[in-house]
Amino acid sequence: MGVARYIKNDKDEILDVILQSGIHIKPVYTQKDMEEVGFDPEKDLAHPGEYPFTRGIHPQGYRSREWTTRQYTGFGTPEETNERFKLMISHGQTGLNVAFDLPTQMGLDSDDPLAEGEVGRVGMAVDSLRDFEVAFREIPLDRIGVGLTINAVASIMLAMFQATAEKSGFKKDRVSATPQNDILKEMIGRGAWIFPVKPSVRLIGDTIEYSMKELPRTNPVSICGYHIRESGCSPAQEIAYAFQIANTYIEEVLRRGHSIDDFVRGFTFNLNVFGNLWEQVTKFRAARKLWAKNLKERYGAKDNRSLLLRGIFGGGGYGMTKAQPENNIIRGAYYALAAALGGAQTTALCSFDEAYTIPTPRAALLSLRTFQILMEETGIRDTVDPLAGSYFIETLTKQMEEKIVEEMKRVDEMGGMTKAVETGYVQREVARQAYEFERGVQKAELIKVGVNKYTEGEEMEVDLHEYRLTSAEEQIRRTQEVRRERDNRKVTQLLKDLESAARAERNVMPYLLECCKAYATVGEMTRVFKEVYGEFKEPNIF
Amino acid sequence: MDKIIRILVAKPGLDGHDRGAKVVAQALRDAGMEIIYTGLHQTVDQIIQTALQEDVDVIGLSIMSGAHLPICEKLMKKMKEKGFEDTTVVVGGVIPTRDIPLLQKMGIEGVFPGGTPFDESIKWIKEHLKSR
Repeated sequence: MGVARYIKNDKDEILDVILQSGIHIKPVYTQKDMEEVGFDPEKDLAHPGEYPFTRGIHPQGYRSREWTTRQYTGFGTPEETNERFKLMISHGQTGLNVAFDLPTQMGLDSDDPLAEGEVGRVGMAVDSLRDFEVAFREIPLDRIGVGLTINAVASIMLAMFQATAEKSGFKKDRVSATPQNDILKEMIGRGAWIFPVKPSVRLIGDTIEYSMKELPRTNPVSICGYHIRESGCSPAQEIAYAFQIANTYIEEVLRRGHSIDDFVRGFTFNLNVFGNLWEQVTKFRAARKLWAKNLKERYGAKDNRSLLLRGIFGGGGYGMTKAQPENNIIRGAYYALAAALGGAQTTALCSFDEAYTIPTPRAALLSLRTFQILMEETGIRDTVDPLAGSYFIETLTKQMEEKIVEEMKRVDEMGGMTKAVETGYVQREVARQAYEFERGVQKAELIKVGVNKYTEGEEMEVDLHEYRLTSAEEQIRRTQEVRRERDNRKVTQLLKDLESAARAERNVMPYLLECCKAYATVGEMTRVFKEVYGEFKEPNIF
Repeated sequence: MDKIIRILVAKPGLDGHDRGAKVVAQALRDAGMEIIYTGLHQTVDQIIQTALQEDVDVIGLSIMSGAHLPICEKLMKKMKEKGFEDTTVVVGGVIPTRDIPLLQKMGIEGVFPGGTPFDESIKWIKEHLKSR
């Protein structure tokens, strides 16, 4: 949820508006405001497609290319997920974004006792290559880019993806995967971590290094301000933390002797759209500019392609409500508008029923239609960065930029993001604001329609996705069959090779690829890593 | 003076979404209760062990993944086996209304789906413990 704080008088007139990032909004903006914040059209704006890219990374914006739509999809068995993928593609979706179930995200096979009750529940279960072969059956992987929402075991899943693509006859330099692969944000917000910070960051370094050479169309990391924002931070912090996380991964690869321009263009971002509309739009504009500056000034990037902030802007999960769920369809439309006005390359929306459970096909299609209506019917493709030059938008973009820089500085002073996460600084900062926010909603200082204003009392009935209990049994049966049929001596040897590579700090990707091809399971490969790396311990923030 | 209520805020299972658990923990602490937070990815056995060690009055589970029924069933069964039935168990998170009676049947009386006002759950816990 989330809007700004409004200070009103007893006649309901607004006296002040304070955005979550701490900026006060004025009733009227003029040229003078732009001057006061030091706005310089040459330096701060330039043209779209030109440094510092405030106005977008493409000279013609959506005229030259629509955004990619990529609803988060996956549940039950790979068969069920494959069917849903095809449904979405047949309705005009242009990319995929795979949802994995929790056991897979945590590196557990479906028959692990710890996986009980969770197999196929919030995403698709993946244990071995056999599952990916089924999930991507008849998907044109040379045309459809695939987001893999996986983090702690992203290296394994990227290898699995390559093995699948090659087996289906697609060349590795033709396929495009975007594994999420951002472990630091898992430690701050989403919680699907396994290994300690340092080896986790090293694994990310391995995937980036490997993709540079082997998977040129793959974006090996998608850095997520998104989930940190969902967990409670402000929009300015969302960008600041995402950039500092990105800097950590950059430094891991630079440490290995690579030049910044050789790899950083594979970085993408995953950013949130819920909250005050103006704050979101200016957040994206400011972020694009700061990312370009960060690359140029901090890391000396020279290639223009290294400077582009590309991303999926969407989701909006925390804005969606359980009360009056159909209202979420309308919220989704405004969030999509924020993403478009912010210049998103890729987008996705939480569906209207997701406060309950994962979406039904109807709900997922409604999200897709929301984007299609925006692109096809409203004129959003007509001209690039249509809000540019507005007194208000340019002033606010400058102010957002300052706030982001301030937050980045705080993390720098702490010794970088690794330290800030290991000590629990960011986690505390996020939890504190989540609590403040919730209190604001409960006291109706922050308005949420249907929750604390215009309530209806009765709960609205919606058709919900039903979890199919037997999908777990089917999945376990398949995995056990795979273990029986494969060459187990070979698998044991390959897992040993993987272990020695991990111990010697060699890049593990080629070893993972061999393991995947031999049908080693996600659980087996993860166990090797646990053995070598150990497990992350959460800092106590209470 | 009343005894200070000790409450274990627990995240069972594999789900890592802990915004709700941490928000509620802060609210309970501000209401004068003593909070012990388990951290993520706890097994039912680990939760029971921590609850015993810390001698808590209440175990509060936070579950968002939809796996609340199997997790709660397992926890209540194991608590019974260990003869550890005096501790009040409450659950919060993404809990569909239709599942509330099922949870109550297992012996979980306090069910607080996402969005429940802090005052309501705090009042429930205080009154429930007083009546025991």
